[in-house]
Amino acid sequence: MTRNWIVTGLAIFVLAVLSPFWFNLVTTTQAAPEPELLGPAKEARKCVLDKYDMRANHMSLLDEWRDAVVRNADRIYVAANGHSFNMSLSTGENSCLGCHADKEKFCDACHVYTSVDPYCWECHINPKEIQ
Amino acid sequence: MMKKSRRHFLKVAGIAAIGLGAAPAMNFAAPDTHGPADAVKTKHPDALTARRWGMVIDTGKLNENILKQITDVCHARHNVPDFNHEVDREKFPRTRPVNHKQEIKWIWKEKFHYAFPYKEDEFLNERFKNMYFPVLCNHCKNPSCVRACPTQATFSRADGIVMMDYHRCIGCRFCMAACPYGARSFNYRNPLPFIADLDPDFPFRSKGVVEKCNLCAERLAKGEQPYCAEASEGAIVVGDLEDPESDVRKLLRENYSIRRKQTLGTEPSVYYIV
Repeated sequence: MTRNWIVTGLAIFVLAVLSPFWFNLVTTTQAAPEPELLGPAKEARKCVLDKYDMRANHMSLLDEWRDAVVRNADRIYVAANGHSFNMSLSTGENSCLGCHADKEKFCDACHVYTSVDPYCWECHINPKEIQ
Repeated sequence: MMKKSRRHFLKVAGIAAIGLGAAPAMNFAAPDTHGPADAVKTKHPDALTARRWGMVIDTGKLNENILKQITDVCHARHNVPDFNHEVDREKFPRTRPVNHKQEIKWIWKEKFHYAFPYKEDEFLNERFKNMYFPVLCNHCKNPSCVRACPTQATFSRADGIVMMDYHRCIGCRFCMAACPYGARSFNYRNPLPFIADLDPDFPFRSKGVVEKCNLCAERLAKGEQPYCAEASEGAIVVGDLEDPESDVRKLLRENYSIRRKQTLGTEPSVYYIV
């Protein structure tokens, strides 16, 4: 008698603990967005870091860039592959958004998918958004 | 089975100690693991540099028109909100009425007795009584705001500019209490509705951070003079205070100049030729 109760309880417990997994199995999951090269980046094809490094570490790179610009007045980043970039999110042609023209596709697509909400654009200006 | 003896233990301990002692040397030889080893961050080739930036304001060359020009261009280009600006009700429908005591300013005009309170003599030159002086952050050599800042959001840069990293500002306003010149303003509200034309070349600020003049560090980095110097028709000169041959030092050598509240010991880098 007690044994049955324990087994039922355990079964419910395991189901509840694994709920994120079976919930994901029964509901349709959205496919991860494919990064897409747009604007000047499509022709230029010169990268700051290689693709996988960038995917994993772009936030630390931006953090380093900010400290370099604000604290040391260094504004040019000469990457390991020899290309140089303007260490800026959105000002000038050689900045992040200067080359990757579309913020919605370049930043937001993945950030929305992964529920990341960085506060960059509370102050920095996407030049496309000014009307 | 190894024989445990005092001699054996001391041998092992000695080798371990050598290993520990050598670790820093080994780390020094190891490549930097943060990012690619040979990526470099450098200055723009045209960047203007100085050992200590300073400003000289020739008050004889100023008038109210020039003062207005200076303030307007500085505030417009740095996205400083103007609380007299008519808010676009369609874009910002729920904007509260403004409190003008919360105004935000980087450079503004002040009467002599406010700008130089210790120099207000009984029989002051008539000219000074009615004249306005441009006042701004003094980029002090010994800045009290930097001491007060608990997060190092405000710091003294190697070239003498007292800079702010708005990302790090937590809005505690200790710097505002510490600054004897009132050069700092706090964003009590989102400034966006009060910026007439957003300049995409400079970020604006968010609610809850302090802001002030940055001596146009973003322009010096590109080899351009600060906006105020450009708009001043020759009244404002910005240069290296540590270089005896610079324009600012030359002006200071040849003219009598005063600084704001210099008895407080903050060593302001903004000089007024009177």
